[in-house]
Amino acid sequence: MSQAANPRQYVISFIFIGIASVILLRLFFLQTFEAKYKIMANDIAIYKKVVYPPRGVITDRKGKNMLSNTVIYDLMVTPHNMSKPFDTVQFCAALDIDKKTFINTMRRVYERNIEVRQSMFMEQLSQEQTARFQENAYTFTGFELVERNIRQYDHPNAGILLGYIGEVSPEMLKKPRYASYRQGDYAGLSGLELQYEEVLRGQRGVHYLERDKFNRPRDPYKGGILDTQEVAGKSLQLYLDADLQAYAEKLMANKIGSVVAIDPQTGGILAMVSSPTYDPNLLRGHDRAKNYAALYRLATRPLFNRATQAMYPPGSTIKPFTGLVALNVGAITPSFGYGCRGSYNACGRSIACEHKDAGHAANFRLALAHSCNSYFCHVFRMTIDYKNFGSVKEGLQTWHNYYNSFSFGVPTGIDLPFEKGGFVPDSAKYDRMYHNVWNSCTVVFVGMGQGELLLTPLQMANGMCIIANKGYYYTPHFVKSIGGHADTVLKKYNEMHRVLNIPDSTFNIVQQAMQDVVESGTAAGAKLDGVTICAKTGTAENKAIVNGEVIKMPDHSMFVAFAPRENPKIAIAVAIENAGYGATWAAPIASLLIEKYLKDSVSVKRKAMEDKMLNAHLINKYTYTIDSVSRLHDAMVYQARMEKKYATDSTRRAQDSAIFTHWVDDRLRNIKKQNLKSTKK
Amino acid sequence: MSSLRKALFYRIDGVVLLLYVLLVTVGILAIFSVEHRTTDITIFLANKTYMKQFMWFGYSLLFGFVILLTDSKFFSSFAFLIYTIALAVLFITIFAGVDVKGSRSWLGIGSFRFQPGEVAKIFTSMALAKFMSLPETNFKTLKDRLVAVAIALVPAALIILQKETGLALVYFCFFLVMYREGLPNSVLVIGFSLVALVLGTLLIERKVLFIVLTVLAVVIGLLMRQTLRRRMMPRIILVGAWLFCIIFSQVAVPFAFKHVLQRHQIDRIFSTIGKEVPDEYDKTMVAGEEKKGNSSEYNVLQSKIAIGSGGFWGKGFLNGTSTKNQFVPEQNTDFIFCAIGEQFGFIGSAILVILYVSMMLRIVFIAERQRSVFTRVYAYCVACILFFHFAVNISMTIGLMPVIGITLPFLSYGGSSLMSFSILIFILVRLDADRQALIR
Repeated sequence: MSQAANPRQYVISFIFIGIASVILLRLFFLQTFEAKYKIMANDIAIYKKVVYPPRGVITDRKGKNMLSNTVIYDLMVTPHNMSKPFDTVQFCAALDIDKKTFINTMRRVYERNIEVRQSMFMEQLSQEQTARFQENAYTFTGFELVERNIRQYDHPNAGILLGYIGEVSPEMLKKPRYASYRQGDYAGLSGLELQYEEVLRGQRGVHYLERDKFNRPRDPYKGGILDTQEVAGKSLQLYLDADLQAYAEKLMANKIGSVVAIDPQTGGILAMVSSPTYDPNLLRGHDRAKNYAALYRLATRPLFNRATQAMYPPGSTIKPFTGLVALNVGAITPSFGYGCRGSYNACGRSIACEHKDAGHAANFRLALAHSCNSYFCHVFRMTIDYKNFGSVKEGLQTWHNYYNSFSFGVPTGIDLPFEKGGFVPDSAKYDRMYHNVWNSCTVVFVGMGQGELLLTPLQMANGMCIIANKGYYYTPHFVKSIGGHADTVLKKYNEMHRVLNIPDSTFNIVQQAMQDVVESGTAAGAKLDGVTICAKTGTAENKAIVNGEVIKMPDHSMFVAFAPRENPKIAIAVAIENAGYGATWAAPIASLLIEKYLKDSVSVKRKAMEDKMLNAHLINKYTYTIDSVSRLHDAMVYQARMEKKYATDSTRRAQDSAIFTHWVDDRLRNIKKQNLKSTKK
Repeated sequence: MSSLRKALFYRIDGVVLLLYVLLVTVGILAIFSVEHRTTDITIFLANKTYMKQFMWFGYSLLFGFVILLTDSKFFSSFAFLIYTIALAVLFITIFAGVDVKGSRSWLGIGSFRFQPGEVAKIFTSMALAKFMSLPETNFKTLKDRLVAVAIALVPAALIILQKETGLALVYFCFFLVMYREGLPNSVLVIGFSLVALVLGTLLIERKVLFIVLTVLAVVIGLLMRQTLRRRMMPRIILVGAWLFCIIFSQVAVPFAFKHVLQRHQIDRIFSTIGKEVPDEYDKTMVAGEEKKGNSSEYNVLQSKIAIGSGGFWGKGFLNGTSTKNQFVPEQNTDFIFCAIGEQFGFIGSAILVILYVSMMLRIVFIAERQRSVFTRVYAYCVACILFFHFAVNISMTIGLMPVIGITLPFLSYGGSSLMSFSILIFILVRLDADRQALIR
């Protein structure tokens, strides 16, 4: 039965092909033009896992761990992925928190970050919380435990040097230094942790994983070719001697002040104490903020690094430098003598000297050994009035430049953040102070370490290095090696700074004089069998405002030293606030530390002295008053500043500047008056 | 005659069998690509779906071999009997069916489960072919046309009673067969136009649809201006059709959505086409009532993400992030096309579409070379069932059609589906082998 071809077979074939073409067309548009699906597919299926490498370990000069790592867990949340409804009750029970905390935290998460980003829910879970969460982890979709390495301080010492880490703040994230950080990352916030952040941090690894619809990570995405491997942070070896540091902190307990010990031959810091100290382990873990606030409120200010930030008048400890500058510029020779009769009267007013006997300042060595005020006031005047300089302004400026080259008055460049530079007055300062009418007599106190001169204990210790090395120093620094070898970061610390061009014979005179100070002079208590210590005591007068009056406070006890004289191994500066004579407190402490460092233990003979130092309680009762007043002052200054800021802002908005600004100035004047009144009360 | 009657092996159609084996292999590989994990020790894991599908493929080949060995007259002789039994089983299933996701379309015998609705397609095709090939049937009479429609739609009605609407819709594809056998052209035109209008109303924005319809009417008017100028009737039909479409899409449907239908009904309608309810139909929420996640909408979105992210060249075999990680629901069965679209991109999808179209066209070619009406009608039935499944399944994965549970022939995982399509193909091949004989 043969038929003519039925035309309807073509209609049906046409329908088949037609519909298939429509489908193909739609597929073509869907797959080649609509890029959004590609993005969506990646969003839902690719999981970016950030792996934090362990932070670098910090060890002391002998390789003893000072700062290492342990593992803790952070709980992160991605609100977008949370199952809805979410079993809050079970979740709260697992983490042992109440529902209110949960709601508040979630609100904060929403405020800080967008829904699809992962944010911190809870920092540093305890072991029980971690275990309970992991048991039920599959029900808490959207939440994830992220393993983190937390810092572990192996000894409760050196907190202020090592610093601490914490979550980066939104303000920090705006700075270029933190460009590669994300919300929730940790960064060093102070001390060496901050200074060497880039080295210690290592490199974050990013692993791309595929995840399934239950949000469980599965195979690596594209076989892991996009992944970046994490690189562990490099370890730091310090010059610091952990035992010496611990001993120094023990000696400085219950005293306000600081100790800085430097190895003059390298500039490496052997110990640095800012007393009172705190246990650095307080500033880690989830109680960091609470503990920080508590420490911050203490009147003794343990978070303030006195070694690099506190500025003291150096007192007599500056006298060797007054002399050295004079010798270097040629204003005096070592044989120069001054006839002191117990006071210096050349400037109209009498400046007392502790020695009356004739000839105690017959030459430079004797004057320094006896710490003759008259001699050094005179030498200072001779220096700045020196004929070669032309005028006293030039002279003072030259003297100022010398001090700056000793890194007095400018930051030394130590590898700790927030270092203060102290203050060395220059001509411009006095021009302002005295309206251009001043001469060498006006500023004579500077020669004996009083007046406007202010130094940090670090600078004093660095000064000792210059004398110990006979004219040069290395920038003081902590880090000996990074990751086991000398890093380029450390190159600047290997530079020798030669600051004085004085023959060694003259230095020998200075050193001999300082040796005399220990052996027969004011610092007899610092004497140590078998070691020649060169030292200088200092007793710095200082004033403070207490109860609205400026009163003279007990003197700061200062002591600087280096030892041994030949081939010096340690230069040290000790400053104890309001403790009295330098010889009484600072000298024995320095001596004990030198003994501990050079001989590794303290001899039995000096046990009594050691006990006396350990048990001394030298915190001035005024500390608390001064602290509260200064805090009040700070608060008021802040308030006034903010008020002025708001006022200028609103002025700018209101566009009626003249009248309004007058009003604001009046108001500010009133506030200042009130402040003064309330301070007097 | 003996010279013409070669051995059975030489008479079977190799092209269809080759396409069949190709498609089933693609299906097993697609399921494999979704199931396989890099952590698997070996690919031969008995509990994996692709191994089960492979097993079903083996059973299908075995069954197909048995079919090839049977006499071709068997199928026409027993067509009505098997059809009646099939109807009876469908009827029983309404009451004895196992409840699966709200529908009672599955029969369970021990641990073995199958869907009578899936298998009934074969017997309906045979019954329809038998009826058409009866000498006393004159398909030009209304009575015989109605009988043919009844044969096609009674199973559909029974399946609707089982609450498996998607499967029932398949039986409407027999209209295409009847069209080939002599239904008037207008049936086809009207049917297609109605489907297009309903889909257009739901999928296209109202103003755009208005412009499209008007432009279409003007174009048709211009093309037929000679006819229109001479006679009145076509003018009335054209204007009437245009008016009907406009009123339906612009007035009736919005009115129904706004005033007649309930909120959940509207949600249901839009969710089956994978779209969000437009704002104008979104009834104000009752206080305290939460908007429910729309599962079909989610399915279609995930499916579109998987296919769309494949791009032109695809992500590569075993690299489908969406399908491998189970983001696409039902991805081994109804949404298996996503695996192809994601891993092989537009190229792979196009090749697959071409494979299907070649198979359907080959079957049409086979149909037209038959001496007997029975085989011809049966072949058209097979082609149309394949076409319907293929078109609706792929369209629903790319958001062109509502999501109705219809499998992709040969590719989708499932014993019932693979077996019934295999049987359809093997019976066709067996009948085709005897194309010179007259089968009644």
